[in-house]
Amino acid sequence: MTSIHTEWETVIGLEVHVQLATKTKIFSGSSTAYGAEPNTQANEVDLALPGTLPVPNEQAFRYAIMFGLAIKADINKRSIFERKNYFYPDLPKGYQTTQLDLPIVGAGNVDITLDNGDTKTVRIHHAHLEEDAGKSLHEDYHGYTGIDLNRAGTPLIEIVSEPDMYNAEEAVAFAKKLHSIVTSLGICDGEMSQGSMRFDVNISIRPKGSDKLGTRTETKNLNSFRFMEKAIALEVERQIDVLESGGSITQETRLYDAEKDFSRAMRSKEEANDYRYFPCPDLLPVEFDDSYIQEIQNSLPELPDSRCTRFVEQYGLSTYDARLIANQADLSSYFEVMTRTSSDAKLSANWVLGELSANLNSKNTSLSHCPISAEALGQLVLRVKDNTISSSGAKKVFSLLWSGKEDVDQIIEQEGLKQVSDTGALEKLVDQVLAEMPEQITQYKEADVKKRKKLMGGFMGPLMKASKGQGNPKLFNEILAKKLND
Amino acid sequence: MFNKTVKELSNGLANGEFSSIEITQTYLDRIKKLDGKFNSFISLTEESALKEASIADARIAEGKANIWTGIPLAHKDIFCTKGIKTTCGSRMLENFVSPYDATLVSNFKSAGAVCLGKTNMDEFAMGSSNETSYFGKVINPWSGDIDLVPGGSSGGSAASVAARLSPIATATDTGGSIRQPASLCGLTGLKPTYGRVSRYGMIAFASSLDQAGPMARTAEDAAMMLNVMSGYDPKDSTSINKDVPNYTADLNNSIKGLKIGLPNEFFNEHLSPELQAILQTAIKSLESLGVEFKEISLPHSDLSVPAYYVIAPAECSANLSRFDGVRYGHRCEHPQDLMDLYLRSRSEGFGQEVKRRILIGTYALSAGYYDAYYRKAQQVRRLIKNDFVEAFKDVDLILGPTSPSEAFGFNAKGDDPVKMYLEDIFTISTNLAGLPGMSLPAGLINGLPIGMQLIGNYFDEARMLNVAHQFQSATDWHTLAPKNC
Amino acid sequence: MSIGPEDIKKIAHLARLQISENEADKLCHDIGNILTLVDQLQNANTDNIEPMANPLDATQVLRADIITETNKRDELQKISPLVEDGLFLVPKVIE
Repeated sequence: MTSIHTEWETVIGLEVHVQLATKTKIFSGSSTAYGAEPNTQANEVDLALPGTLPVPNEQAFRYAIMFGLAIKADINKRSIFERKNYFYPDLPKGYQTTQLDLPIVGAGNVDITLDNGDTKTVRIHHAHLEEDAGKSLHEDYHGYTGIDLNRAGTPLIEIVSEPDMYNAEEAVAFAKKLHSIVTSLGICDGEMSQGSMRFDVNISIRPKGSDKLGTRTETKNLNSFRFMEKAIALEVERQIDVLESGGSITQETRLYDAEKDFSRAMRSKEEANDYRYFPCPDLLPVEFDDSYIQEIQNSLPELPDSRCTRFVEQYGLSTYDARLIANQADLSSYFEVMTRTSSDAKLSANWVLGELSANLNSKNTSLSHCPISAEALGQLVLRVKDNTISSSGAKKVFSLLWSGKEDVDQIIEQEGLKQVSDTGALEKLVDQVLAEMPEQITQYKEADVKKRKKLMGGFMGPLMKASKGQGNPKLFNEILAKKLND
Repeated sequence: MFNKTVKELSNGLANGEFSSIEITQTYLDRIKKLDGKFNSFISLTEESALKEASIADARIAEGKANIWTGIPLAHKDIFCTKGIKTTCGSRMLENFVSPYDATLVSNFKSAGAVCLGKTNMDEFAMGSSNETSYFGKVINPWSGDIDLVPGGSSGGSAASVAARLSPIATATDTGGSIRQPASLCGLTGLKPTYGRVSRYGMIAFASSLDQAGPMARTAEDAAMMLNVMSGYDPKDSTSINKDVPNYTADLNNSIKGLKIGLPNEFFNEHLSPELQAILQTAIKSLESLGVEFKEISLPHSDLSVPAYYVIAPAECSANLSRFDGVRYGHRCEHPQDLMDLYLRSRSEGFGQEVKRRILIGTYALSAGYYDAYYRKAQQVRRLIKNDFVEAFKDVDLILGPTSPSEAFGFNAKGDDPVKMYLEDIFTISTNLAGLPGMSLPAGLINGLPIGMQLIGNYFDEARMLNVAHQFQSATDWHTLAPKNC
Repeated sequence: MSIGPEDIKKIAHLARLQISENEADKLCHDIGNILTLVDQLQNANTDNIEPMANPLDATQVLRADIITETNKRDELQKISPLVEDGLFLVPKVIE
């Protein structure tokens, strides 16, 4: 019996399906492009017509090996395909061609960093190549389900972690890190909403201090980090409820409904499966030699961890900022292009992590659909840096860029956002304004240092007004200070 | 004309003795006249055949012909033929019109051959008597008063060639399905080395054992066919990228000094005295041509049938999962739900023998039995291969029986599938090892033809054909035709 | 190894085949005989013998990642039992 005072510990392992960014399917020359009309990218092989045979795509192996090398895993120089037998309408052959005994990628490690700066290592059990299934469209076709096999045969790597995560934050950090690695490698487009990365989360709980794993459930097909976090919280709560009310956990596959924030056991997976794996006789063992793997190793693109280190060293960014940027491959290259134009990395980083990220988030869009080019934003930062515009002016330019305008200097010109930085002209304005504010000057001169700072602000408003908002506030400050303290 | 070999037809076409239209029409007429009895064809492609023949005649007239231009043939209904029904002998594919051509089919097309139709076969190539076809049994043209089986699974191909309804036919062999019907119908049939001929478009029974090959009357015709069929196909991962020799080039080489092995395990007390005598006569003929014989041992032979009946059903259980009533093939009426769709479509579409093998395979692969059955069978398979590898260190070829007996009556094997399975006892080991094997007529038992088997080393088909051709130059068993044909 | 009608029904379901009671008994007998034949395998000494999946022990040739296929949907669906809007239809699937 477990008392209601038991403290529970959560144990999480992930199985992550990553769609590889190949042009063609893993076993046929059909396109894998997303969004085509149903079944227009499914040929004889993809439909499993009688007599058809699979021929594997080299690029899929190359990508899988890249992933393996990136997580410092053992690459199996000899790997084989197995058939996993089960009937489902989106599985045309009645078996999935996958890898079981000798997967292409063996054991490896992924390092994650948590929000508090703590780091930990999640062990990868293995990663194998397999084919994706088609899609079942459950919208009503007068009581029928529609089957679209365009996705059938899209190459996947399934990354299987050890149960090394103990809460949702760790699981999400791990998932994000994998996203970061595969997009940095360029082996996956990372478009989660299109199903390019899907997460199956194995969750069990046990009394804290126990070293025995509890019965786990698998929540399948989560395709957003947020859903994953919510689904884990929900499942942990459910399991605790079950155990604390004296029940026991059934090993089962569950489906999470993000809209209703609700999960249930999958009906189609109820019966115990016996997949009858055996080596696929239509395919031969795949072998690679050392030089093939070495060549891939040599051409491996920069990975998030080393990019983070470089950003700290090369640009002087804080580790925190560097990691935030470096973990996103597209944001990293955006940042670097921007910095080349702005020649101020820190300022560029502030804009990337600030205004840019905030806007992408609030408009729920990705960097690939960002209306502002890295060059334009770099130009904007340059204009802030060289005092051409004020920060409030810069925000105005940013929103105009976002709405489709392109030339930063032209916007500044047209909107009259250029700051006046001519010291002589500004001095004249300061003299004019001060001449009309004798009382405030007296007040200022009688005040102590602390209060003076505050009173100084009182002059800025009229000054900006007098300059029609174009006076360089920094220069105003300097001139003002000199005049008042004289 | 219908008694001519491909070689003779080819010469006749070149000399203008007759046209392809004439030959084609002759065979079509014979099929229409005689096949009502034999049932060797499932589909006749009269219209397209005559069209192909007239194109061939035009090419011949233009002087652009090659040796295959205008030669008619029949394809086993296991090969996908674009725009033509491809049934695999099953109700499951009763109305399946393939949208593509098998590689082997397009090879013959581009060579200029004319397709007469598709031949009957055991359902999904599972059988040794052609009794399991959904389209009815095939009658051996050698039958007397009592109907006899033609052997299987390529029984339609064998019967059609034996009855002179087609000069040659394509066939497939997973455990003996070319050689055993060749033996029972008095023909020359060859199963090439695994990987020699593309399997693309050939409906799979057991992928690691299936191999297509020629069914012909003479070794020379078989060699000519093999020239067209062989070669690497990038669409078949298991086909082998290895140069294809000209199989007709060495047919007339002397076979003097060649060493042929006689496996003790084939020549034992179970071999009938009649067959024993026929094989001894054949051995003498070959000896007179200068061949030396040597006793050899293939110690794991008796495990061939057991290993085969794990591996073949296991592979077929997965290969036949695609027949689910969703994208093509038989679909039951008014399915209640998805499970009903699967259960009824498959149960209605497949016949007894196919179901039986799917069940054996499913069982052998299911949890808890994989190691005891499947893995064990794959290990035994290697032992069987190793036996051959050892034997071929001492001999160039191996000779033995093809089938244990001449053609038998329908239902002769009773209700016990195992009895039928033993029909392939001499042929199965070459499929397991992936070696080439061929059967050629060696004599008559009770007036019925019986074959002998030659087994070659990997990719040594040319040598087998050479020996077979030399044997056929010295004997005339291969020229015998059934009465009334 | 022996096999009973319940085993037959279980594997029949895995293979999505419908088996009547009568058939189950007959199949039990037939498959029992086949398994007796197959059990001879257990006599073989296969210690340290690598299972043989492919007769030639060949290795796989890989294909270049080049699109070779065009849309053939209409042609390929001509032979389909039930399609609508380019989709294959099956009785409603409940996940």
